[in-house]
Amino acid sequence: MVRYRSFPRTNVGPTGALPAATVPPAVRPLSVIAMRHVFLDHQSATPVLPEVFEAMRPYFTEHFGNASSLHQHGLRVRDALKRARQQMAALVGADSEEEIFFTSDGTESANLAIKGAAYANERKGKHLVVSATEHPSVMSSVEFLEKQGWTCTRVGVTPQGMIRLDELRAAITPQTVLVAVHHVNHDIGAIQPMREVGKVCAAANVPLYVDCEASAGWLPIDVKDWGAAMVSFSPHRFYGPKGVGVLYRNRKARIVSVIHGGVQEGGRRAGTENIPAIVGGGLAAEIARARLPQRIAHVAPLQRRLWEGLRTKVPYIQLNGPEPGPDRIATNLNLSTEFIEGEGQLLLCDMNGIAVASGSSCVSKSLKISHVLGAIGLDHALAQGNIIMTLGEGNTEADVDYVVETFARIVAKLRGMSPMWDEFERGVIDSVIAPTGRGKSFSQHAADVSGKPVH
Amino acid sequence: MSETYTLYNSTVMEHFMNPRNMGDLKDADGVGEVGAAACGDIMKISLKIKDGRIEDARFKTFGCGSAIASSSMATELIKGRTIDEAMAFSNQEVVDALGGLPPVKIHCSVLAEEALKAALEDYVKRHPDAAAKSTAGAPVPA
Repeated sequence: MVRYRSFPRTNVGPTGALPAATVPPAVRPLSVIAMRHVFLDHQSATPVLPEVFEAMRPYFTEHFGNASSLHQHGLRVRDALKRARQQMAALVGADSEEEIFFTSDGTESANLAIKGAAYANERKGKHLVVSATEHPSVMSSVEFLEKQGWTCTRVGVTPQGMIRLDELRAAITPQTVLVAVHHVNHDIGAIQPMREVGKVCAAANVPLYVDCEASAGWLPIDVKDWGAAMVSFSPHRFYGPKGVGVLYRNRKARIVSVIHGGVQEGGRRAGTENIPAIVGGGLAAEIARARLPQRIAHVAPLQRRLWEGLRTKVPYIQLNGPEPGPDRIATNLNLSTEFIEGEGQLLLCDMNGIAVASGSSCVSKSLKISHVLGAIGLDHALAQGNIIMTLGEGNTEADVDYVVETFARIVAKLRGMSPMWDEFERGVIDSVIAPTGRGKSFSQHAADVSGKPVH
Repeated sequence: MSETYTLYNSTVMEHFMNPRNMGDLKDADGVGEVGAAACGDIMKISLKIKDGRIEDARFKTFGCGSAIASSSMATELIKGRTIDEAMAFSNQEVVDALGGLPPVKIHCSVLAEEALKAALEDYVKRHPDAAAKSTAGAPVPA
């Protein structure tokens, strides 16, 4: 069980200011604000397990060899590489470690899967099919190929974020060389019906690539059960290190390398392997496989407690994606808080020790809302107030209760500053979450005052 | 965590955490509400104007940290200015007073300038006589 530095709940004001007397000087330096720290962004990173860190250590110093070398130093790390491949293969139910390829991270794995399969099968056809809510690493790889003459069909999802299987079936043509559908959505936690998706692809005889970045280590993955040709995941999502990505590729699936150089990874990925990260990632995968039921048993009740607490304490808040249960990964909550914007919520959470993410346009460098929120048809006003919380095994009930109380205060503070809240209270605009029938829509109002429709 | 890192500089964070002049003005002489089509932020500035001078200013903002800080700073800067001076107000003043904003957030300061000018425009519309007395005369750019 991973423990973050958690401190007893103290009387922290909205600004995070705290009387110095409540800081235990023997434990913490006086300059440190003694507030509870709650990490609720496990979708972005997890702390490396101490035993994983220890397993990595000798590969930085003592066993520093390059796996391409033919001497003792190289052969020793080759052995470690093989063991890590076996650990990764076991996590996804692969037959052999020879089907495991190491990359630098999830984005590179997605690039290799999409571009590698597209280039390898160019003569067969130049059409791809992806779900509309895939991760940007998949979407951007596809957009890159579209500029080079490939075409792609984006399959729609339900308002809950579940892929429309009939649309998927209809999208596949004789020219389709790859279907990409993620296991779990990175934003809204929707678990896709992989067995059904696999059946559709098998019936059409098109290889299926499944991005498991948001699910690996937290949900069982079975490449054979799904009939997946490729699956990718990254250990930093399950208490392993950053700097390594994994691509499972069935022997029958054809891909070519997108990085050129040496013949590492069976010629599918040139470049020196990151041995310490691979060794650590392998152990993290083995531990994740063993602890998976405990991890779920730990986070699932916290997810329910957090959502129940928030929906009780915060008016005009909604959950995006499926309700907690079989259709939603037990780590994720994707929330829309009406009448306020997401970045302000994120910043005030951070200043109160709570780390969260947001899909609002204000947090994106492109000033666009998350395309996932667009694909599920979320009202722009709600997409603007988006917050994503992802739980991990270090979180406790006390953490969740602190988050509920603090978040309610943050929302009240930001609503006090928001002209939209005031206008809602005066009946000028209406709520999307709980319409009163008074006033115009937020989007209409935003368009009126900006002179242009909001995107 | 042994120290606190912040997304924006300390001045921006301070104005975001403790905004100045937040709220509405009862019996405001001019109110401007504008939205940014680019990001969806909305800003509202209310002004109390006496003898051609901005006596008081308040803001309300739906937007990110830098939008809230920009409106807080803008209301601080314009208090005491004449209508003419306020009409010449530029977003760059807000950026400079805040010690800089990330390039992607400059539009937040533009929104503050637009909200201020919309409020002045509203004032001129509602008080044509008082506005005529100001040295700039009546015409206010749209």
